[in-house]
Amino acid sequence: MTAVQTPEEQLIDLDAPPSGLAAALADAWTEARRHLMVIPRNPELLVFSTIQPVMFVLLFNYVFGGSIQIPGFDSYEQYLMPGIFAQTVVFGSSFTAVGIAEDLSRGLIDRLRSLPIAQSAVLVGRTLSDLVRNAFTFVVMLVVAYLVGFRFEGSLLEALGATALLLFFSYSFSWIQAFIGLSIGSVEAAQSAGFIWMFPLTFVSSAFISTDTLPGWLQAFADVNPFTVLTNAARALYNGNDPGNELWLAIAWATGITVVFATLSIRKFARATG
Amino acid sequence: MDAIVAEGLTKTFGETRALDGLDLVVPQGSILGLLGPNGAGKTTAVKVLTTLLRPDAGRATVDGIDVAADPVRVRTRIGLTGQYAAVEERLTGRENLELVARYFHLPAGRRVSRANELLERFDLVEAADRQANTYSGGMRRRLDIAMSLIAKPSVLFLDEPTTGLDPRSRLGMWSVIEELGGEGTTVLLTTQYLEEADALADSIAVIDRGSKIAEGTADQLKDQIGGDRIRVSIADPGNVERAKAALAPLATGPIELDAGSTTTMSAPIRAGGGVVPRAIRALDDAGADVLDVEVRRPTLDDVFLTLTGRRAEDEEVSA
Repeated sequence: MTAVQTPEEQLIDLDAPPSGLAAALADAWTEARRHLMVIPRNPELLVFSTIQPVMFVLLFNYVFGGSIQIPGFDSYEQYLMPGIFAQTVVFGSSFTAVGIAEDLSRGLIDRLRSLPIAQSAVLVGRTLSDLVRNAFTFVVMLVVAYLVGFRFEGSLLEALGATALLLFFSYSFSWIQAFIGLSIGSVEAAQSAGFIWMFPLTFVSSAFISTDTLPGWLQAFADVNPFTVLTNAARALYNGNDPGNELWLAIAWATGITVVFATLSIRKFARATG
Repeated sequence: MDAIVAEGLTKTFGETRALDGLDLVVPQGSILGLLGPNGAGKTTAVKVLTTLLRPDAGRATVDGIDVAADPVRVRTRIGLTGQYAAVEERLTGRENLELVARYFHLPAGRRVSRANELLERFDLVEAADRQANTYSGGMRRRLDIAMSLIAKPSVLFLDEPTTGLDPRSRLGMWSVIEELGGEGTTVLLTTQYLEEADALADSIAVIDRGSKIAEGTADQLKDQIGGDRIRVSIADPGNVERAKAALAPLATGPIELDAGSTTTMSAPIRAGGGVVPRAIRALDDAGADVLDVEVRRPTLDDVFLTLTGRRAEDEEVSA
Protein backbone atom coordinates (compact mmCIF):
# COMPACT_ATOMS: atom_id res chain seq x y z
CA MET A 1 0.00 0.00 0.00
CA THR A 2 1.29 3.44 -0.79
CA ALA A 3 1.24 6.10 1.85
CA VAL A 4 -1.68 8.43 1.45
CA GLN A 5 -0.19 11.57 2.83
CA THR A 6 -2.15 14.11 0.88
CA PRO A 7 0.00 17.24 0.85
CA GLU A 8 2.97 17.44 -1.43
CA GLU A 9 5.79 16.97 1.03
CA GLN A 10 6.41 13.98 3.25
CA LEU A 11 7.80 15.11 6.58
CA ILE A 12 8.20 11.82 8.35
CA ASP A 13 8.65 8.15 7.59
CA LEU A 14 5.11 6.87 7.94
CA ASP A 15 5.97 3.22 8.23
CA ALA A 16 9.15 3.30 10.25
CA PRO A 17 9.21 6.26 12.63
CA PRO A 18 12.41 6.58 14.71
CA SER A 19 12.57 3.81 17.28
CA GLY A 20 15.11 2.20 19.52
CA LEU A 21 17.01 3.52 22.49
CA ALA A 22 18.40 6.65 20.84
CA ALA A 23 14.94 7.75 19.73
CA ALA A 24 13.49 6.96 23.16
CA LEU A 25 16.17 9.05 24.84
CA ALA A 26 15.60 11.89 22.39
CA ASP A 27 11.87 11.78 23.11
CA ALA A 28 12.48 11.73 26.87
CA TRP A 29 14.75 14.74 26.48
CA THR A 30 12.11 16.58 24.45
CA GLU A 31 9.63 15.98 27.26
CA ALA A 32 12.11 16.92 30.02
CA ARG A 33 12.97 20.04 28.07
CA ARG A 34 9.31 21.06 27.97
CA HIS A 35 9.09 20.92 31.77
CA LEU A 36 12.43 22.61 32.29
CA MET A 37 11.34 25.48 30.05
CA VAL A 38 8.17 25.88 32.07
CA ILE A 39 9.74 25.89 35.56
CA PRO A 40 11.33 29.36 35.40
CA ARG A 41 8.11 30.73 33.88
CA ASN A 42 6.23 29.83 37.01
CA PRO A 43 8.27 31.83 39.51
CA GLU A 44 5.62 31.67 42.25
CA LEU A 45 5.77 27.90 42.34
CA LEU A 46 9.55 27.93 42.24
CA VAL A 47 9.80 30.45 45.08
CA PHE A 48 7.33 28.66 47.34
CA SER A 49 8.71 25.22 46.67
CA THR A 50 12.12 26.56 47.66
CA ILE A 51 10.89 28.46 50.71
CA GLN A 52 9.35 25.38 52.22
CA PRO A 53 12.57 23.38 52.72
CA VAL A 54 14.43 26.51 53.82
CA MET A 55 11.74 27.05 56.44
CA PHE A 56 12.11 23.46 57.59
CA VAL A 57 15.84 23.94 58.01
CA LEU A 58 15.35 27.08 60.08
CA LEU A 59 12.37 25.85 62.13
CA PHE A 60 13.81 22.51 63.08
CA ASN A 61 17.20 23.96 63.80
CA TYR A 62 16.07 26.82 66.00
CA VAL A 63 12.93 25.36 67.56
CA PHE A 64 14.13 21.84 68.34
CA GLY A 65 17.84 22.51 68.21
CA GLY A 66 18.04 23.53 71.85
CA SER A 67 16.03 20.69 73.28
CA ILE A 68 17.14 17.68 71.27
CA GLN A 69 20.42 16.07 72.17
CA ILE A 70 21.69 13.19 70.11
CA PRO A 71 24.31 10.97 71.69
CA GLY A 72 27.50 11.01 69.64
CA PHE A 73 26.75 14.35 67.96
CA ASP A 74 28.16 17.60 69.30
CA SER A 75 25.60 19.75 67.57
CA TYR A 76 22.08 19.02 66.44
CA GLU A 77 22.73 20.58 63.02
CA GLN A 78 25.15 17.86 62.08
CA TYR A 79 22.50 15.30 62.95
CA LEU A 80 19.45 17.13 61.73
CA MET A 81 20.50 18.55 58.36
CA PRO A 82 20.99 15.26 56.53
CA GLY A 83 17.51 14.31 57.77
CA ILE A 84 16.02 17.55 56.46
CA PHE A 85 17.84 17.09 53.17
CA ALA A 86 16.43 13.61 52.85
CA GLN A 87 12.93 14.75 53.73
CA THR A 88 13.08 17.62 51.28
CA VAL A 89 14.21 15.62 48.29
CA VAL A 90 11.65 12.94 49.05
CA PHE A 91 8.85 15.50 49.52
CA GLY A 92 10.01 17.10 46.29
CA SER A 93 9.08 13.94 44.43
CA SER A 94 5.42 14.84 44.89
CA PHE A 95 5.79 17.34 42.04
CA THR A 96 5.78 14.34 39.77
CA ALA A 97 2.31 13.18 40.85
CA VAL A 98 0.86 16.67 40.55
CA GLY A 99 2.51 17.34 37.19
CA ILE A 100 1.28 14.12 35.65
CA ALA A 101 -2.22 14.56 37.03
CA GLU A 102 -2.21 18.07 35.55
CA ASP A 103 -1.10 16.85 32.12
CA LEU A 104 -3.74 14.13 32.25
CA SER A 105 -6.56 16.49 33.10
CA ARG A 106 -5.50 18.99 30.44
CA GLY A 107 -5.50 16.34 27.74
CA LEU A 108 -1.76 16.69 27.14
CA ILE A 109 -1.10 13.06 27.97
CA ASP A 110 -3.65 12.00 25.35
CA ARG A 111 -1.97 14.19 22.79
CA LEU A 112 1.45 12.75 23.63
CA ARG A 113 0.15 9.19 23.56
CA SER A 114 -1.26 9.74 20.09
CA LEU A 115 2.20 10.63 18.78
CA PRO A 116 4.60 8.02 17.39
CA ILE A 117 7.00 8.37 20.32
CA ALA A 118 8.48 5.95 22.83
CA GLN A 119 5.79 5.29 25.43
CA SER A 120 8.35 5.56 28.21
CA ALA A 121 9.44 9.03 27.11
CA VAL A 122 6.73 11.03 28.80
CA LEU A 123 7.35 9.55 32.24
CA VAL A 124 11.12 9.40 31.94
CA GLY A 125 11.18 13.02 30.80
CA ARG A 126 8.91 14.08 33.63
CA THR A 127 10.87 12.28 36.36
CA LEU A 128 14.19 13.59 35.02
CA SER A 129 12.99 17.18 34.94
CA ASP A 130 11.69 16.79 38.49
CA LEU A 131 15.11 15.50 39.47
CA VAL A 132 16.65 18.69 38.12
CA ARG A 133 14.10 20.75 40.04
CA ASN A 134 14.85 18.87 43.24
CA ALA A 135 18.59 19.24 42.73
CA PHE A 136 18.10 22.99 42.46
CA THR A 137 16.07 23.09 45.69
CA PHE A 138 18.75 20.98 47.28
CA VAL A 139 21.51 23.42 46.46
CA VAL A 140 19.54 26.33 47.94
CA MET A 141 18.92 24.33 51.08
CA LEU A 142 22.55 23.38 51.35
CA VAL A 143 23.53 27.03 51.36
CA VAL A 144 21.06 27.80 54.13
CA ALA A 145 22.23 24.80 56.12
CA TYR A 146 25.79 26.05 55.79
CA LEU A 147 24.73 29.43 57.11
CA VAL A 148 23.21 27.91 60.23
CA GLY A 149 26.40 26.00 60.94
CA PHE A 150 26.23 22.70 59.10
CA ARG A 151 29.56 21.49 57.74
CA PHE A 152 30.80 18.56 55.66
CA GLU A 153 32.89 16.71 58.21
CA GLY A 154 34.00 14.04 55.80
CA SER A 155 35.74 14.26 52.46
CA LEU A 156 34.25 16.09 49.50
CA LEU A 157 33.84 12.74 47.81
CA GLU A 158 31.74 11.50 50.71
CA ALA A 159 29.62 14.64 50.61
CA LEU A 160 29.08 14.24 46.89
CA GLY A 161 28.26 10.59 47.40
CA ALA A 162 25.69 11.46 50.06
CA THR A 163 24.15 14.07 47.77
CA ALA A 164 24.01 11.66 44.86
CA LEU A 165 22.37 9.07 47.09
CA LEU A 166 19.72 11.54 48.24
CA LEU A 167 18.94 12.58 44.70
CA PHE A 168 18.78 8.98 43.54
CA PHE A 169 16.24 8.30 46.29
CA SER A 170 14.29 11.34 45.23
CA TYR A 171 14.29 10.03 41.69
CA SER A 172 13.05 6.61 42.77
CA PHE A 173 10.23 8.23 44.73
CA SER A 174 9.28 10.22 41.64
CA TRP A 175 8.35 6.90 40.05
CA ILE A 176 6.04 6.08 42.97
CA GLN A 177 4.55 9.53 42.44
CA ALA A 178 4.23 8.94 38.71
CA PHE A 179 2.18 5.87 39.47
CA ILE A 180 0.02 7.85 41.90
CA GLY A 181 -0.46 10.66 39.38
CA LEU A 182 -1.48 8.25 36.64
CA SER A 183 -3.85 6.41 38.96
CA ILE A 184 -5.59 9.47 40.30
CA GLY A 185 -5.77 11.99 37.52
CA SER A 186 -7.33 14.83 39.50
CA VAL A 187 -4.81 17.50 40.36
CA GLU A 188 -6.16 18.28 43.83
CA ALA A 189 -6.43 14.63 44.81
CA ALA A 190 -2.97 13.89 43.47
CA GLN A 191 -1.64 16.74 45.57
CA SER A 192 -2.74 15.13 48.82
CA ALA A 193 -2.31 11.54 47.68
CA GLY A 194 1.24 12.28 46.67
CA PHE A 195 2.04 13.93 49.98
CA ILE A 196 0.15 12.39 52.82
CA TRP A 197 1.88 9.02 53.12
CA MET A 198 5.28 10.68 53.20
CA PHE A 199 4.60 12.26 56.59
CA PRO A 200 4.66 9.04 58.65
CA LEU A 201 7.46 7.79 56.42
CA THR A 202 9.70 10.75 57.13
CA PHE A 203 8.73 11.49 60.73
CA VAL A 204 8.77 7.93 62.04
CA SER A 205 12.41 7.62 61.12
CA SER A 206 15.81 8.71 62.26
CA ALA A 207 15.55 11.99 60.33
CA PHE A 208 14.92 14.27 63.31
CA ILE A 209 15.39 12.14 66.37
CA SER A 210 17.22 9.05 67.47
CA THR A 211 14.92 6.08 67.00
CA ASP A 212 15.90 4.81 70.50
CA THR A 213 13.51 7.35 71.95
CA LEU A 214 10.48 5.85 70.20
CA PRO A 215 8.12 3.31 71.82
CA GLY A 216 8.96 -0.28 70.87
CA TRP A 217 6.48 -0.91 68.03
CA LEU A 218 7.17 2.46 66.44
CA GLN A 219 10.88 1.91 66.75
CA ALA A 220 10.54 -1.40 64.95
CA PHE A 221 8.92 0.39 62.01
CA ALA A 222 11.39 3.27 62.13
CA ASP A 223 14.36 0.93 62.00
CA VAL A 224 13.24 -0.88 58.84
CA ASN A 225 11.86 2.26 57.23
CA PRO A 226 13.84 2.85 54.00
CA PHE A 227 13.81 6.51 54.87
CA THR A 228 15.79 5.74 58.06
CA VAL A 229 18.24 3.73 56.03
CA LEU A 230 18.65 6.62 53.58
CA THR A 231 19.03 9.22 56.32
CA ASN A 232 21.57 7.15 58.25
CA ALA A 233 23.66 6.51 55.18
CA ALA A 234 23.63 10.16 54.10
CA ARG A 235 24.29 11.34 57.63
CA ALA A 236 27.27 9.04 58.03
CA LEU A 237 28.78 10.23 54.76
CA TYR A 238 28.26 13.94 55.46
CA ASN A 239 29.81 13.51 58.90
CA GLY A 240 32.75 11.48 57.67
CA ASN A 241 31.62 8.29 59.38
CA ASP A 242 31.42 4.81 57.93
CA PRO A 243 27.88 4.23 56.59
CA GLY A 244 28.44 0.49 56.71
CA ASN A 245 25.75 -1.68 55.18
CA GLU A 246 23.21 1.10 55.21
CA LEU A 247 24.81 2.67 52.16
CA TRP A 248 24.29 -0.48 50.09
CA LEU A 249 20.88 -1.03 51.58
CA ALA A 250 19.86 2.52 50.64
CA ILE A 251 21.11 2.04 47.08
CA ALA A 252 19.24 -1.25 46.90
CA TRP A 253 16.01 0.40 48.08
CA ALA A 254 16.28 3.19 45.53
CA THR A 255 17.10 0.77 42.74
CA GLY A 256 14.27 -1.57 43.69
CA ILE A 257 11.70 1.22 43.95
CA THR A 258 12.80 2.65 40.61
CA VAL A 259 12.62 -0.67 38.79
CA VAL A 260 9.27 -1.71 40.27
CA PHE A 261 7.47 1.60 39.95
CA ALA A 262 8.95 2.54 36.58
CA THR A 263 7.71 -0.78 35.22
CA LEU A 264 4.28 -0.36 36.76
CA SER A 265 3.95 3.26 35.68
CA ILE A 266 5.11 2.81 32.10
CA ARG A 267 2.81 -0.16 31.72
CA LYS A 268 -0.10 1.81 33.13
CA PHE A 269 0.72 4.73 30.88
CA ALA A 270 0.87 2.62 27.75
CA ARG A 271 -2.34 0.78 28.49
CA ALA A 272 -4.84 3.49 29.21
CA THR A 273 -5.22 6.89 30.70
CA GLY A 274 -8.91 7.34 31.27
CA MET B 1 -10.18 3.66 -0.21
CA ASP B 2 -11.71 4.12 3.19
CA ALA B 3 -9.58 6.10 5.59
CA ILE B 4 -11.35 4.87 8.71
CA VAL B 5 -13.16 1.59 9.16
CA ALA B 6 -14.59 0.39 12.45
CA GLU B 7 -16.37 -2.91 12.83
CA GLY B 8 -18.27 -3.91 15.94
CA LEU B 9 -16.19 -1.82 18.32
CA THR B 10 -17.09 -2.60 21.92
CA LYS B 11 -15.64 -1.10 25.06
CA THR B 12 -16.92 -1.34 28.60
CA PHE B 13 -15.78 0.54 31.67
CA GLY B 14 -16.99 -1.43 34.67
CA GLU B 15 -20.76 -1.54 34.27
CA THR B 16 -20.90 1.07 31.55
CA ARG B 17 -20.93 -0.03 27.95
CA ALA B 18 -19.34 2.98 26.29
CA LEU B 19 -19.19 1.37 22.85
CA ASP B 20 -21.61 -1.32 21.89
CA GLY B 21 -20.81 -2.71 18.47
CA LEU B 22 -20.01 0.54 16.70
CA ASP B 23 -19.54 0.38 12.92
CA LEU B 24 -18.14 3.30 10.96
CA VAL B 25 -16.80 3.84 7.47
CA VAL B 26 -15.18 7.11 6.47
CA PRO B 27 -14.08 7.40 2.84
CA GLN B 28 -10.74 9.04 2.25
CA GLY B 29 -10.92 12.80 2.01
CA SER B 30 -14.38 13.14 3.48
CA ILE B 31 -15.64 14.63 6.73
CA LEU B 32 -17.69 12.42 8.99
CA GLY B 33 -19.71 14.03 11.73
CA LEU B 34 -20.11 11.75 14.71
CA LEU B 35 -23.18 13.16 16.35
CA GLY B 36 -24.60 12.27 19.70
CA PRO B 37 -25.38 13.61 23.15
CA ASN B 38 -22.94 13.57 26.06
CA GLY B 39 -22.12 10.05 27.11
CA ALA B 40 -23.11 8.54 23.74
CA GLY B 41 -19.60 7.13 23.28
CA LYS B 42 -18.13 9.70 20.91
CA THR B 43 -14.94 10.31 22.87
CA THR B 44 -14.44 6.62 23.53
CA ALA B 45 -14.75 5.97 19.80
CA VAL B 46 -12.12 8.64 19.07
CA LYS B 47 -9.83 7.19 21.73
CA VAL B 48 -10.05 3.72 20.23
CA LEU B 49 -9.45 5.00 16.71
CA THR B 50 -6.46 7.07 17.82
CA THR B 51 -4.85 4.10 19.62
CA LEU B 52 -5.38 5.55 23.09
CA LEU B 53 -7.76 2.80 24.16
CA ARG B 54 -7.89 -0.84 23.20
CA PRO B 55 -11.34 -2.08 22.25
CA ASP B 56 -12.70 -5.12 24.11
CA ALA B 57 -14.07 -6.46 20.87
CA GLY B 58 -14.26 -5.48 17.23
CA ARG B 59 -11.56 -4.04 15.03
CA ALA B 60 -10.68 -0.75 13.43
CA THR B 61 -8.30 0.43 10.76
CA VAL B 62 -6.96 3.85 9.89
CA ASP B 63 -5.51 4.14 6.38
CA GLY B 64 -5.80 0.38 6.24
CA ILE B 65 -3.69 -0.19 9.36
CA ASP B 66 -5.11 -2.02 12.34
CA VAL B 67 -5.18 0.33 15.34
CA ALA B 68 -4.71 -2.40 17.92
CA ALA B 69 -2.09 -4.44 16.06
CA ASP B 70 0.08 -1.63 14.74
CA PRO B 71 -0.56 1.51 16.78
CA VAL B 72 2.76 3.19 15.95
CA ARG B 73 2.10 3.20 12.19
CA VAL B 74 -1.35 4.59 12.90
CA ARG B 75 0.13 7.36 15.03
CA THR B 76 2.35 8.58 12.20
CA ARG B 77 -0.76 9.12 10.08
CA ILE B 78 -3.19 10.78 12.44
CA GLY B 79 -3.66 14.08 14.18
CA LEU B 80 -5.72 14.30 17.35
CA THR B 81 -7.36 17.35 18.83
CA GLY B 82 -9.04 16.24 22.01
CA GLN B 83 -11.84 17.78 24.00
CA TYR B 84 -9.55 20.08 25.91
CA ALA B 85 -7.19 22.38 24.12
CA ALA B 86 -4.09 20.34 24.92
CA VAL B 87 -1.50 23.07 24.76
CA GLU B 88 1.32 23.77 27.20
CA GLU B 89 0.07 26.94 28.86
CA ARG B 90 3.42 28.42 29.73
CA LEU B 91 5.03 27.86 26.37
CA THR B 92 4.44 30.28 23.52
CA GLY B 93 2.42 29.26 20.49
CA ARG B 94 5.61 28.85 18.50
CA GLU B 95 7.25 26.76 21.22
CA ASN B 96 4.21 24.51 21.42
CA LEU B 97 4.41 23.84 17.69
CA GLU B 98 8.15 23.27 17.78
CA LEU B 99 7.67 20.91 20.70
CA VAL B 100 5.45 18.63 18.64
CA ALA B 101 7.81 18.95 15.67
CA ARG B 102 10.61 17.79 17.95
CA TYR B 103 8.57 14.76 18.91
CA PHE B 104 8.32 13.92 15.23
CA HIS B 105 12.12 14.25 14.99
CA LEU B 106 11.96 16.93 12.30
CA PRO B 107 15.34 18.51 11.66
CA ALA B 108 15.88 21.83 13.45
CA GLY B 109 15.42 24.03 10.39
CA ARG B 110 12.22 22.28 9.39
CA ARG B 111 10.85 22.58 12.93
CA VAL B 112 11.12 26.32 12.68
CA SER B 113 9.72 26.60 9.16
CA ARG B 114 6.86 24.20 9.84
CA ALA B 115 5.90 26.16 12.96
CA ASN B 116 5.94 29.35 10.91
CA GLU B 117 3.77 27.83 8.21
CA LEU B 118 1.16 26.78 10.73
CA LEU B 119 1.27 30.03 12.70
CA GLU B 120 0.56 31.86 9.49
CA ARG B 121 -2.13 29.52 8.37
CA PHE B 122 -3.98 29.68 11.69
CA ASP B 123 -3.68 33.41 12.06
CA LEU B 124 -1.41 33.20 15.09
CA VAL B 125 1.60 35.09 13.80
CA GLU B 126 1.09 38.09 16.05
CA ALA B 127 0.55 35.93 19.10
CA ALA B 128 3.32 33.49 18.19
CA ASP B 129 5.70 34.58 20.90
CA ARG B 130 3.17 35.01 23.67
CA GLN B 131 2.56 32.28 26.21
CA ALA B 132 -0.51 30.24 25.39
CA ASN B 133 -2.11 31.13 28.73
CA THR B 134 -2.72 34.61 27.33
CA TYR B 135 -4.69 33.23 24.36
CA SER B 136 -8.44 33.42 23.94
CA GLY B 137 -10.42 30.20 23.74
CA GLY B 138 -10.57 30.41 19.96
CA MET B 139 -6.83 31.01 19.59
CA ARG B 140 -6.04 28.16 21.90
CA ARG B 141 -8.20 25.85 19.81
CA ARG B 142 -6.51 26.99 16.63
CA LEU B 143 -3.12 26.35 18.18
CA ASP B 144 -4.36 22.95 19.30
CA ILE B 145 -5.39 22.00 15.77
CA ALA B 146 -2.17 23.43 14.35
CA MET B 147 -0.24 21.18 16.74
CA SER B 148 -2.06 18.14 15.45
CA LEU B 149 -1.19 19.08 11.87
CA ILE B 150 2.60 19.31 12.33
CA ALA B 151 3.41 16.08 10.50
CA LYS B 152 0.71 16.58 7.84
CA PRO B 153 -1.55 13.75 8.96
CA SER B 154 -3.86 12.21 6.40
CA VAL B 155 -6.56 11.60 9.02
CA LEU B 156 -7.56 14.17 11.58
CA PHE B 157 -9.69 13.50 14.65
CA LEU B 158 -11.44 16.46 16.21
CA ASP B 159 -13.26 15.72 19.44
CA GLU B 160 -15.85 18.45 20.01
CA PRO B 161 -13.64 21.16 18.53
CA THR B 162 -16.05 24.00 19.18
CA THR B 163 -17.33 23.12 22.65
CA GLY B 164 -16.98 26.12 24.90
CA LEU B 165 -16.24 28.60 22.12
CA ASP B 166 -18.13 31.83 21.62
CA PRO B 167 -20.20 32.02 18.42
CA ARG B 168 -17.62 33.99 16.46
CA SER B 169 -14.73 31.68 17.30
CA ARG B 170 -17.00 28.80 16.48
CA LEU B 171 -17.59 30.09 12.98
CA GLY B 172 -13.86 30.63 12.60
CA MET B 173 -13.27 27.02 13.61
CA TRP B 174 -15.86 25.89 11.09
CA SER B 175 -14.04 27.54 8.23
CA VAL B 176 -10.76 25.97 9.39
CA ILE B 177 -12.38 22.53 9.33
CA GLU B 178 -14.03 23.13 5.98
CA GLU B 179 -10.68 24.15 4.55
CA LEU B 180 -8.99 21.01 5.83
CA GLY B 181 -11.72 18.90 4.30
CA GLY B 182 -11.27 20.78 1.03
CA GLU B 183 -7.58 19.90 0.97
CA GLY B 184 -8.27 16.21 1.08
CA THR B 185 -7.61 15.52 4.73
CA THR B 186 -10.02 12.95 6.12
CA VAL B 187 -11.72 14.37 9.18
CA LEU B 188 -13.69 12.63 11.88
CA LEU B 189 -15.44 15.26 13.90
CA THR B 190 -17.52 14.64 17.01
CA THR B 191 -20.13 17.11 18.04
CA GLN B 192 -23.24 17.54 20.10
CA TYR B 193 -24.26 20.46 17.95
CA LEU B 194 -26.70 19.34 15.34
CA GLU B 195 -26.18 22.31 13.09
CA GLU B 196 -22.43 21.82 13.27
CA ALA B 197 -22.61 18.35 11.77
CA ASP B 198 -25.09 19.69 9.24
CA ALA B 199 -22.77 22.53 8.21
CA LEU B 200 -19.47 20.64 8.05
CA ALA B 201 -19.91 16.95 7.49
CA ASP B 202 -20.26 15.12 4.19
CA SER B 203 -21.89 12.35 6.10
CA ILE B 204 -23.30 12.05 9.59
CA ALA B 205 -23.37 9.06 11.92
CA VAL B 206 -25.76 9.45 14.82
CA ILE B 207 -24.64 7.47 17.82
CA ASP B 208 -26.47 6.73 21.01
CA ARG B 209 -25.41 4.47 23.86
CA GLY B 210 -22.33 3.27 22.03
CA SER B 211 -23.78 2.26 18.71
CA LYS B 212 -24.79 3.88 15.49
CA ILE B 213 -28.51 4.46 15.18
CA ALA B 214 -28.54 6.26 11.84
CA GLU B 215 -26.24 7.33 9.09
CA GLY B 216 -26.39 9.40 5.96
CA THR B 217 -26.20 12.94 4.70
CA ALA B 218 -28.10 15.55 6.62
CA ASP B 219 -30.86 15.47 4.00
CA GLN B 220 -31.11 11.70 4.06
CA LEU B 221 -31.45 11.75 7.81
CA LYS B 222 -34.15 14.36 7.62
CA ASP B 223 -36.03 12.30 5.06
CA GLN B 224 -35.71 9.28 7.26
CA ILE B 225 -38.14 10.69 9.77
CA GLY B 226 -40.86 11.10 7.21
CA GLY B 227 -40.79 14.49 5.61
CA ASP B 228 -42.08 17.77 6.90
CA ARG B 229 -43.49 18.66 10.25
CA ILE B 230 -46.37 20.89 11.10
CA ARG B 231 -46.44 23.02 14.19
CA VAL B 232 -49.67 24.52 15.45
CA SER B 233 -50.23 27.02 18.22
CA ILE B 234 -53.69 27.60 19.68
CA ALA B 235 -54.90 30.12 22.20
CA ASP B 236 -56.59 27.93 24.82
CA PRO B 237 -54.89 24.94 26.45
CA GLY B 238 -58.34 23.49 27.01
CA ASN B 239 -58.74 22.96 23.27
CA VAL B 240 -55.65 20.80 22.81
CA GLU B 241 -57.54 17.51 22.50
CA ARG B 242 -59.98 19.03 20.06
CA ALA B 243 -57.10 20.39 17.95
CA LYS B 244 -55.31 17.06 17.96
CA ALA B 245 -58.42 15.32 16.72
CA ALA B 246 -58.77 17.88 13.95
CA LEU B 247 -55.15 17.42 12.83
CA ALA B 248 -55.21 13.62 13.02
CA PRO B 249 -56.25 13.06 9.38
CA LEU B 250 -53.28 15.13 8.17
CA ALA B 251 -50.64 13.68 10.46
CA THR B 252 -48.51 10.67 9.58
CA GLY B 253 -47.36 10.14 13.15
CA PRO B 254 -48.12 11.09 16.72
CA ILE B 255 -49.21 14.66 17.45
CA GLU B 256 -47.37 15.85 20.52
CA LEU B 257 -47.20 19.00 22.58
CA ASP B 258 -43.82 20.69 22.32
CA ALA B 259 -41.65 20.39 25.40
CA GLY B 260 -42.70 22.96 27.97
CA SER B 261 -45.73 24.19 26.07
CA THR B 262 -49.43 23.67 26.75
CA THR B 263 -50.67 25.20 23.51
CA THR B 264 -48.12 24.36 20.79
CA MET B 265 -48.06 20.93 19.20
CA SER B 266 -46.12 19.32 16.37
CA ALA B 267 -46.64 16.34 14.11
CA PRO B 268 -45.05 14.77 11.05
CA ILE B 269 -47.07 15.25 7.89
CA ARG B 270 -46.86 14.02 4.34
CA ALA B 271 -44.98 16.47 2.19
CA GLY B 272 -47.10 18.30 -0.35
CA GLY B 273 -49.02 21.47 -0.95
CA GLY B 274 -52.13 22.72 0.66
CA VAL B 275 -51.39 21.43 4.12
CA VAL B 276 -51.53 24.78 5.84
CA PRO B 277 -54.97 25.87 4.57
CA ARG B 278 -56.37 22.41 5.20
CA ALA B 279 -55.01 22.43 8.75
CA ILE B 280 -56.43 25.87 9.44
CA ARG B 281 -59.82 24.85 8.05
CA ALA B 282 -59.92 21.68 10.14
CA LEU B 283 -58.91 23.54 13.29
CA ASP B 284 -61.47 26.26 12.67
CA ASP B 285 -64.19 23.68 12.11
CA ALA B 286 -63.23 22.03 15.39
CA GLY B 287 -63.50 25.35 17.20
CA ALA B 288 -59.84 25.48 18.22
CA ASP B 289 -58.80 29.11 17.85
CA VAL B 290 -55.56 28.98 15.83
CA LEU B 291 -52.78 31.47 16.57
CA ASP B 292 -50.10 30.15 14.27
CA VAL B 293 -49.46 27.34 11.83
CA GLU B 294 -46.05 26.58 10.45
CA VAL B 295 -44.67 23.81 8.26
CA ARG B 296 -40.95 23.16 8.38
CA ARG B 297 -38.31 20.72 7.26
CA PRO B 298 -37.20 18.58 10.20
CA THR B 299 -34.02 19.52 12.05
CA LEU B 300 -31.44 16.98 13.13
CA ASP B 301 -32.89 17.40 16.58
CA ASP B 302 -36.12 15.93 15.28
CA VAL B 303 -34.11 13.08 13.81
CA PHE B 304 -32.65 12.30 17.17
CA LEU B 305 -36.02 12.47 18.84
CA THR B 306 -37.56 10.17 16.27
CA LEU B 307 -34.71 7.68 16.43
CA THR B 308 -34.33 7.50 20.18
CA GLY B 309 -37.57 8.82 21.59
CA ARG B 310 -35.51 11.30 23.53
CA ARG B 311 -34.26 14.77 22.82
CA ALA B 312 -30.53 15.18 22.40
CA GLU B 313 -30.59 18.08 24.83
CA ASP B 314 -32.29 16.11 27.59
CA GLU B 315 -29.13 14.15 28.20
CA GLU B 316 -26.85 17.10 27.98
CA VAL B 317 -28.57 18.62 30.95
CA SER B 318 -28.32 15.54 33.11
CA ALA B 319 -24.80 14.62 32.06
